[in-house]
Amino acid sequence: MRDLLQHLWTHYHYVIYIALMLIGLYAVLAKGNLVKKVIGLNLLQTAVFLFYLSIGHKTGGTVPVLWEGKPDAIPYENPLPHVLMLTAIVVGVSITAVALALIVRIKAAYGTVEEGEILALDEADGQGGS
Amino acid sequence: MEVLILAVLVGLAIAAVRVRDLLTATAILGAYSLMMALLWCTMNALDVGFTEAAVGAGISTVLMLAAIGRIGRREGGPSRMPLLRLPLLSMRQRVERAEELEEGQGRAGAWGAVLVCALVGGLLLYGTADMPRVGRQDSPANRKDDPATPANEASISQRYLDESPHDVGPNNVVTSVLGDYRGYDTMGETCVIFTAALCVLMLLRQAMPRTGGRRRRDGDA
Repeated sequence: MRDLLQHLWTHYHYVIYIALMLIGLYAVLAKGNLVKKVIGLNLLQTAVFLFYLSIGHKTGGTVPVLWEGKPDAIPYENPLPHVLMLTAIVVGVSITAVALALIVRIKAAYGTVEEGEILALDEADGQGGS
Repeated sequence: MEVLILAVLVGLAIAAVRVRDLLTATAILGAYSLMMALLWCTMNALDVGFTEAAVGAGISTVLMLAAIGRIGRREGGPSRMPLLRLPLLSMRQRVERAEELEEGQGRAGAWGAVLVCALVGGLLLYGTADMPRVGRQDSPANRKDDPATPANEASISQRYLDESPHDVGPNNVVTSVLGDYRGYDTMGETCVIFTAALCVLMLLRQAMPRTGGRRRRDGDA
């Protein structure tokens, strides 16, 4: 138990990253409003980016832009996670755009963006048809 | 400093999920993105921070605002205008049914979601047991040599840092990796944006006539 607490204390960054991720996951699962689900998805993916960047982080390092006369004691930050997350951010915005366009279409077709009401309308339609 | 930003981030995330007004939630999400960009700049990820500030806090928020402008800002209180087209009796039945269903499902769904989140969170925390502390210069991702190779060659990140001035040119290593070493990634990313733009256009072109776009054109003619 003491080991566990000490581990969580030294690795508190990960605890916060996971907390941020779970807040987003909860919104995606529990919220009925589709826009709220998209907001949750954004929170979730930003938390994942933060975790990924933390892997390449060096305390006391500097920005990965080469400059003459840098003291050897100061290392450059690991550039690879930065590149991968740059790509991921842009892809994330594309996902948001398509999701919001779908929501606008759903609003035009159903008149609501609440998940429960959409399912009820579908069910009512199915019963009326048979 | 870092801990302060992380605490603010958690607070903003909870607020964005809890608040009922979608417009407010979008504003809070923008603040959250900007805070995240600040955190990344303190972590020496300048390129990522700038991109998040421009794309995450900027374009995402604009897209959200545009969408909310079309669907209304209330959560849980949807406008029921289109249902008026249905026969009156059927409308009342449908609305009642929808409300019943949402109340029942909402509560059960929330508890199920808490359960799933607890499970996922527990597994993730268990997974951190093998992770190095954040910020270590000798962590597996950051060490200069690659212990997997017999000759202990430079790791891929170290190779980018050492060779990119001769291989590519720019002083900014992130630019070199993005545009040259991992250029295919960037090409794939551009294809994703193009596909997303096509999807949005196809989806919204059908929704257009309802918003009065055609009417305005008729009026001009």
